[in-house]
This record gives sequence, structure tokens and C-alpha cells, in this order.
Amino acid sequence: MCLAIPGKVEEITTEGGLRVGRVNFGGVVKRVCLDYVPELVVGDYTIVHVGFALSKIDEETAQKTLADFREMGVLDEELGTEEEAFARAAAQPQSACPDGSCSN
Amino acid sequence: MAEKVKTGSPAVQKDAPDFSNWSCPLPLADYSTIVMGHGGGGKLGNELVEHLFLPAFRNPALENLGDAAVLDLPAGRVAMSTDSFVVQPLFFPGGSIGELAVNGTVNDLSVSGAEPKFLSASFILEEGFPLAQLAAIVGDMAKAAATAGVQIVTGDTKVVERGHGDGCYINTAGIGVLRPGIQVGPHRAQAGDAILVSGTIGDHGMAIMSVREGLEFESQIRSDCAALNGLIAEVLEEVGGAVHAMRDPTRGGLASTLNEIAQSSGVGVEIDEPSLPVRPEVQAACELLGLDPVYVANEGKAVFFVAPEAAERVLEVLHGHALGREAARIGRVTGAHPRMLVARTAMGANRVIPTQIGEQLPRIC
Amino acid sequence: MKYLTEFRNGEIAQRMAREIHQITTRPWKIMEVCGGQTHSIIKNGIDQMLPAGIEMIHGPGCPVCVTPLELIDKALAIAAQPGVIFCSFGDMLRVPGTEGDLFQVKGAGGDVRVVYSPLDAVDLALKNPDKQVVFFGVGFETTAPANAMSVHVAKRRGLKNFSMLVSHVLVPPAIEAILSAPGNLVQGFLLAGHVCSVMGYWEYPPLAQKYKIPMVVTGFEPLDLLDGIRRTVMQLEAGRHEVENAYERIVTREGNLPAQKLLGEVFEVTDRAWRGIGVIPLSGWRLNAEYRDFDAEERFHISGIHTQESPLCRSGDVLRGAIKPAECPAFGKQCTPRHPLGATMVSSEGACAAYFNYGRFLSAEELAGAGSGMTGASRG
Repeated sequence: MCLAIPGKVEEITTEGGLRVGRVNFGGVVKRVCLDYVPELVVGDYTIVHVGFALSKIDEETAQKTLADFREMGVLDEELGTEEEAFARAAAQPQSACPDGSCSN
Repeated sequence: MAEKVKTGSPAVQKDAPDFSNWSCPLPLADYSTIVMGHGGGGKLGNELVEHLFLPAFRNPALENLGDAAVLDLPAGRVAMSTDSFVVQPLFFPGGSIGELAVNGTVNDLSVSGAEPKFLSASFILEEGFPLAQLAAIVGDMAKAAATAGVQIVTGDTKVVERGHGDGCYINTAGIGVLRPGIQVGPHRAQAGDAILVSGTIGDHGMAIMSVREGLEFESQIRSDCAALNGLIAEVLEEVGGAVHAMRDPTRGGLASTLNEIAQSSGVGVEIDEPSLPVRPEVQAACELLGLDPVYVANEGKAVFFVAPEAAERVLEVLHGHALGREAARIGRVTGAHPRMLVARTAMGANRVIPTQIGEQLPRIC
Repeated sequence: MKYLTEFRNGEIAQRMAREIHQITTRPWKIMEVCGGQTHSIIKNGIDQMLPAGIEMIHGPGCPVCVTPLELIDKALAIAAQPGVIFCSFGDMLRVPGTEGDLFQVKGAGGDVRVVYSPLDAVDLALKNPDKQVVFFGVGFETTAPANAMSVHVAKRRGLKNFSMLVSHVLVPPAIEAILSAPGNLVQGFLLAGHVCSVMGYWEYPPLAQKYKIPMVVTGFEPLDLLDGIRRTVMQLEAGRHEVENAYERIVTREGNLPAQKLLGEVFEVTDRAWRGIGVIPLSGWRLNAEYRDFDAEERFHISGIHTQESPLCRSGDVLRGAIKPAECPAFGKQCTPRHPLGATMVSSEGACAAYFNYGRFLSAEELAGAGSGMTGASRG
């Protein structure tokens, strides 16, 4: 249920009534059904599971996530006590809606 | 209805042989496919030998056409190896069953410390198998033998009924002469040994996957099928007895080979995962199918266990050879965790890499 | 590979792990539901990087493991029939039925084929009109859209020789079953990122509220897993129990609407038996009346199956997180990957196989000894 990998859409055609793309995964190209992600255009990145695109990868979000990850722990190296570290971590922006109805 | 005979993929089929200049084109040219008679030892079988195998493999021992090849060997110890080749499809990106059949046995002899000299080649062909494909396979074998500097000196052909084979199976056996002063074996690895691999792993297995029905994908991945005797000769020339063990990691991949040596020698093997050389497209194909490159077959790579002080020189020799440009030091032998292969992951954690049970299968989870 | 390799950066991973160490003041038990996440955690050694107090419990998110034994037996019976091409994902090939597995059926002459996508099976049906092509439709919500589309295409093309053996299971009922079980020890959940890419995560806040359990939508690469764990621990330490999305580049709250639409047209909810757990009401999908013609169970009336689980197998307890694989008396003895008693030992992501293969049965000292003194090997 899980093995889905990111690939870049290189070409979109129709085959047998399905919207099909040639998707490039780091040099390996596979035909993928794109019907579930109609907004995909050539050049987009998408996550693919058993030959089906399931979601477009939001590149801006991806870059931001990576930037956040790179930041993590960098300050700690100069830091003080565990309490201070916990206080800092706990002060990270938290979800404003307890029912989780907004995304983080 | 007759069952379809497994034949090579049309996309990589070689050109049909030119029968016109063969001294006796009939009745060979009458048959474009193998028939039962070709295995019968009679006229048809002889035709195959005279007009296909002999011209391709051309050498004096073969031309005598005795029941056995009579060979001159230098005094000393002799190594012998055999392997059967049943790969499907018969032709794949970067090679064919013919090249595998020659290089596989050449490599088995080479990693045993022997200089390969003579090969036998036995064919089991399925009734209906296209002669043009057989000719292409035989041509590949001839080329591979010439490149490796070995001679195919004896052989056999049998034909099985349609539906009872996969088109073409090949068995090769080989004889090589052991170099004096060289003693290598899977049981000879010692704590402290450096472990080197001659190049990228997983190329062959993923090249086969790329054309396997149900799993195909487009890529530039080609089989690494190659004869390693030249490369190994140079390594042994340079450091001699400092090489304790060598293996070519074929079926089951690097992991199986390292596990075998760990178990044979009763030592622990540690590798550093980030240092394993893997081509990006091979890595990508493995990600796509959920496979681990350490378990994927190679057909043109060698693993060396060498005394640590010789490791740098071996690496230099490897890098200087066309087949060893991407050689890398990947780990070492330790006294800890005997008979187990442990890898340090990119995360800095450790994981045990066990021998696989059976073939590695693509997964979705 | 873009958007994959960057999330495997070892240096960043170690810093994130250090952060988790710094914020953890108490022991916590966190469950990852998805088998793919289990596989990644163990293969990368993520659990080794966590502070001693954090225990990762490997949940029942392995569709291979939870496929009922009876259905495996039906698959074996169908695959053994002449004139059938039985297609499956590779994961299912070595799952043991009562007697043997698909690999053995193949060995005995059955036409069993591994495919990458269910659409490949539809292609096979088109190319082999004289054979019955059956696809083993196993999976969670991630795989269901692919299976739904394949059946939909088969119906649209009027194929008479294609059918699907369906065993779809759903995550939210499984989570509820775990949380509502007496003696539940799980305090936080990593939600399956790819399941959520299809279904969204709007179903979880009521569960998080009801059981007061934090849940974080998490990806599969080391950095994603560490981030999911970090956020879960932060919530636990602060006494919060919300649903968070740590896989924002792929997952939205509402999920994939076109996929959900077709799922609604092809499948209907049904009770499902989970191997090792028992029946969880309304926890699965089957083909609905419109598509019932393509149901392999209906097309092949398999009778005379005597399904029998090994009495030694404790897959169910492992799947529920009640015991660790090494605590099962048969682990490593009567039950090994070579001779598996249950699916958790045979599936590559089954907790028992993962433990066995990745050496978790080694004592902590033995494994620590393996890493000490190992310098980064030079490339030379």
C-alpha cells in the first residue's frame, strides 16, 4: 500500500480511453495512468503507485519542507541545556485548530 | 494448437546468417528452425556442426571433431567449472545468453585464481527454435571467447520436443590453469581484510527486469556481462597472495556472495552502504520495483577480499582497467558478528543483510 | 532521484534524531500503521536512532499479512486451474496458504505471473482471449484506485475473460479496532502517507478526539519518518492529541477526489476478516453490484477448501502490537523466512520478517559491536 515513488511527467497521451503519461523516475521511464491527477502537465512531478499517479508533488512545499529539515538541530549545536532545547522545540508553531481541520 | 516456442525479443533480434557461402547450404537452408533431427547425431546434426559451430568457434582441437577434445596443458594444478544458462529473454540490453554462457564460466575460473583456457558448450534446443537466433547466439559466444582469449573445444547439441524447453539452454564447462603461488578461496578471508568491488552493482539483473514481461520499463540500463580474466590477472600480478578471496556476485547479488564468504570463512563482514557503487538508473529501477540493489545479479563484476596493506594498489589497478573504472572499497572483514553481513546505513545505523530466500520479487508495499 | 534522495540525507537525519532525544522526557509507544513504513524504519535503522524510551510498534498495515487465509487458499485453487493466467503483485507469491503458496502452484504448472500494475493484467486478458485472467487485488486504499480503474476498463471494453480476487482493507477501522481493544498500549500514530494521499485525512480528527491520541500523516523516507515521529512526540510531551500533516508535499486534507469518485462507483464497504485479528466490521471493500461480474470469487466457485492456520502462529498478536516478533515462541525456530508459519514472516514488510532479516533478534550489544570502529570506507 505504500511503495509510491516520485517521477517527472515527460509526455501525455491518450491510450485506450485513459490519460497516460511517460513518467521519468531518475532515468527509468514507465507508462503511467494519469487519470486520477487530471491537473498534471508535462514537467510536473507526481507520486506513482503500481502504474497510477496518485498526487501531484507540490514542489514549493517540498522545497520548504527540505529547508525546514535542514534547519533542524542546527542551532542545537551551539546550545545549552535540555530544558532550553525542549522549550525551543515546544515553541515551534503548533496547530491552531485542535480538531486538525487545518493542515498544520 | 502447437505451443509457442520461446524466442528472442524481436526488438533485439540479430540479422539472419548468410547461408549462401556455406559449402553445402542444403538441407540446412531448408530448415529455418530447429527440428528433432538436429539433435539426432545424423546428417542434420553434422550440418549444424560443420556450418555453424565450427566456423564460429574455429580452433584445431575442435576441428578434429573427436568425441573428446585433446588438449595440451602446462604442468601444474587445473581448475574446472561448469554452469548452465537458462536466462529469459535470450537477448537483453547489453548481451545475450551466448555471452553469459562464455563469460560466466570464464569468470568462475578466474575468481578461483585460474587462467581460463578451454570451454565446452552444450546446447539443449527446443524444436521450432529459429536457426537465425541460434546463429546469433553462437556468434556472440565466438566473440566472447575471442575477447576472453579462450577456445571452445568441444560441444554437444540435443533437441527436445516443442513445449519442453525455453528455446535454448546452454551449458558450458571450463578448464583453467592455476597460477602458482595463488591460493584464493571463500574460506580464506581474514579479519582486517579490505573488501573491494570492481564496479557498479545491479546492472545485469535490472537490465533483464527492464525487458521482463509484466515489469518492463524504458531505460539505458545494460547488462554488465564481461569476461573478468584480464582484470583479475592484472590484480594478481600486482599483489599476488595478498588476495585472499574473490567471487563474482551473480545470482543473488553482492549480498549473497558476501554472506557466502562470511559463512565459509567464519568471519564477520561489514560494508558501508553509501560507498556501494550503483548507477543512478539502476537505483531508480530498484526503487520503482521495490528491489534492493545488493540482491540484484551481476555478470561482469568481481568482489575482492585483500590484505589491508594491498587495498590501495588493487584499487589503482582496477581503476586503470576498462572494466574497473568504478571500483570501490566497500567494507572490511571483522572478528565481530561472525558469519553475518552487516551494513552501516546512510543514517549511521546498522542493519543485518541476510541471504535471500529464493529470488527477490518486486513489491508494492 | 529528485524528491526522494534529498529525504535520505544522513546528516540531517542524525540532527533530527538528536532533536527527538532532546524533547523526549518520558517513554512513549508509537505505532506506524503502514508496512512500507515498517520496512523503511527497520531497513534504515530509524528505530535505532530514537531515544530508548520511544518504542515503535509495527501495526497491521501490511495488506499481504492481513489477507485472510481462506482467500489465499482460494487464490491457490484458482491459480492451479488450467486455462487461467493468475496475476499478482510480487508480495503475494510466497505467502503461505494452508498448503503451499503461489510460487509452488507455479512450480506445479500453474500460470502465475508477477505484474507491476493491475492494468498489465487487463492487457494480458486482451492479448489472451482464450484464457481467464485473474488479478489478485490486494491492498489498502493506496492500491484500490488502481484496481478500481482496471476493473472499470475491463467493463468498459466488455472483457469476458478478466476478473479480480478482491481483498481490500481500510485503515481507519483498523486504527479504531486497535485503539478500542482492551489493554491498548499505543499512544500515538503515524498515519500512512500514501493511503492519505488517496483518502485525505479528514476521517481521523474524530478518532484523535475520541481516544485522545495524536496522529501524524507521515511519509516513507528517513527524514519524513523522523519528522512524523518528532511531531508525534512533541504532541505527546505537550499533552495534545491532534491530527497533523507531516507529508504536505503529497497529502491534502480532502485527498484525491477523482480517485474517491471512482472508488465509490466500483467498490462498496463490507465486513472483512483480517488474518490474525478477526473480523473488523465495515473494514474492507468489495466489488459492488454493478461490477460483481468481475469478482473472481463469484466467477470461480471454489469449494472444498479446508482452511487451517498454524496453531503456533501468533501473527495476530504481532499485528496488533501486543507482542514483539522475538517474543513469539516459534520465532526463529519453527518459523523463519524459509519456513514461514504466517504472513508476517513471509511478507518483506511483515514485522516478523523485518525483525528476522534485519537482525533485530540480535542483542543490542551484538549489533552495537557490529558498528564500533567501522570507519566510513573510502572510495579510493
